[in-house]
Amino acid sequence: MSTSTTPLLQINEVTKAFGGIHALNEVSFDLHENEILGIIGPNGSGKTTLVNCITGFVELTGGEVLYRGKKISGKPPHKIADMGITRTFQIMRPYYSLPAYKNLVIPLFSPRAKRTGGWRGGGKLGDRNTVSIDILEELGFERESFVPYKKASNLPTGYLKRLELARCLALNPKVIICDEIFSGLSMSEIASMVPLVERLQMEGITLIMIEHRLRELFQVATRIMVLNFGEKLIEGTAEEVMADEKVKEAYFGSEEVEEVMAHA
Amino acid sequence: MTASNEQRRKERLDRGIKVRSEGIYALMSWRELAYLFLPRVALIGGLLILPLVMPSMYWQRVISIVCIYALLALSFDFLAHFVGLVSLGGAFFIGTGSYIAAILNTTFGLSPIFTIPIATLLGAGICTVLLLPCLPLRGVYFAIVTLMYPLLLARVIEALDILGGTDGILGIESFTNRWMEQYFIIVMVLVLLFGTRRLVNQDIGLVFRAVKDNDQSVRASGMSVTYYKSIAVFIASGIGCLAGAYLVHLYMWAGLSTLALDFSILPIAATVIGGSGTLVGPVLGAFILVPISELLRAFGTLRIVFYALILLAFIIFRSEGIMVYGQRKYHQFEKWIKV
Repeated sequence: MSTSTTPLLQINEVTKAFGGIHALNEVSFDLHENEILGIIGPNGSGKTTLVNCITGFVELTGGEVLYRGKKISGKPPHKIADMGITRTFQIMRPYYSLPAYKNLVIPLFSPRAKRTGGWRGGGKLGDRNTVSIDILEELGFERESFVPYKKASNLPTGYLKRLELARCLALNPKVIICDEIFSGLSMSEIASMVPLVERLQMEGITLIMIEHRLRELFQVATRIMVLNFGEKLIEGTAEEVMADEKVKEAYFGSEEVEEVMAHA
Repeated sequence: MTASNEQRRKERLDRGIKVRSEGIYALMSWRELAYLFLPRVALIGGLLILPLVMPSMYWQRVISIVCIYALLALSFDFLAHFVGLVSLGGAFFIGTGSYIAAILNTTFGLSPIFTIPIATLLGAGICTVLLLPCLPLRGVYFAIVTLMYPLLLARVIEALDILGGTDGILGIESFTNRWMEQYFIIVMVLVLLFGTRRLVNQDIGLVFRAVKDNDQSVRASGMSVTYYKSIAVFIASGIGCLAGAYLVHLYMWAGLSTLALDFSILPIAATVIGGSGTLVGPVLGAFILVPISELLRAFGTLRIVFYALILLAFIIFRSEGIMVYGQRKYHQFEKWIKV
């Protein structure tokens, strides 16, 4: 591959061991500019650990992570986020004591948002309250309603998931790693999130999506990677992945997968 | 009649002006203007008049001491409620501030006009650097380390006989004017109180509160938690060091008692009584607790018993604190309604 197509993120033989247990074992993959990579796998297969490894929230036991060819593993999480590699948390982590729109003032106050001018304006000089309401509106918090002004502790799960995404967007990110943003949402809420994800891709943002909702994931994802017991099973298109024997075995008994496979 | 099975509950309604906006008030009448300004004017006016109505020099001196504790309580409340760092460092801050001011005054011959600002900034810097190692950690570590430093410093000064040893540093210049001495600290309390209140509602103040709420999210937002914690510690320890530097010029002496645990514990008690998270509350708490403690001097060693009882009563009956209770009563109508 020539240098012009250096992958945005390169994950090289990343290993993470907690004591003797290998949560991740020499996982490697590339993430190319402007694609949506779906990562699936049964519970405990190391998906969230992988996110933590890429974003610096845990230290690697082995291997390295490269961003545009430069090593980022070993840097503290705020430095990695400052480069534009942002993440959502599977267990939502809003600032519960602050109203929803004030939640976004914090990422808008970050060095990256000030430097890059933010996703929807509001660099150094912009009024952060106005910008945060603009961002929230794009994510489905109606400006005229009470929702953006409600305390985060009073918001339902669907809005908190969007708030997680909004926090990433406020940083004007290059990469967003979504850790199960569809889980815990109703079918209609998911249906409204899918176009949002597609629009982010159109705007040039690269996404990694970790999901259990396979059908919705296959709608948007360019490629799928399957993890099982900390090992990469296979990487490819949705059809290739679901036809694979090892994947079938890993997911054996899961109703949803069987349903999706039946449709395929 | 129906009285036995008729149930009633208290309904609370926010006053109109509170409902319209939490932050920016739309003022529509003199009544509303008065509604907003009266509490503030009462506080500012009350504090400024206080020294004039005190019966004796002794009580004026008590007011100065109260202000020192008020500053410490303010610093404690700011750190604990808005940054999430429980600080037992009152004695550490006071001690650092007072020793620096004492050295600047005796060795370099600087007057209080210079020693107090220098001791504030330098002291805050030293405290922040010394506390830096425990800032990346969550949990009780910060409390333990802030408690440990004054104990450590006191023993070091005692054992090595440096900085005046157990005698302390004597012969420190006092303020030239009694009224200046009195009003300097009162104005400082007011300025820092309103300043801190403004700070916590600025964008950087929101970051402090975010650090308390969820530091992982702050990290994920591309901001260093340790950096913002150290800024907050710098501000809080600066407030404490200012109080310490003032104390030295008030007593004309700096010694081991500036590292006494009273400075760590009493501000916490004041915060409990005044209402944590209000910033005004802890200041008022200090204005209640310290004079009570002076009045109880007549009881000798029984003093601490009464003191403990008052604290216990507050914790049991009004654990939210005076200001939280007072603010609610001020901002809301209450009435009984039938269910």
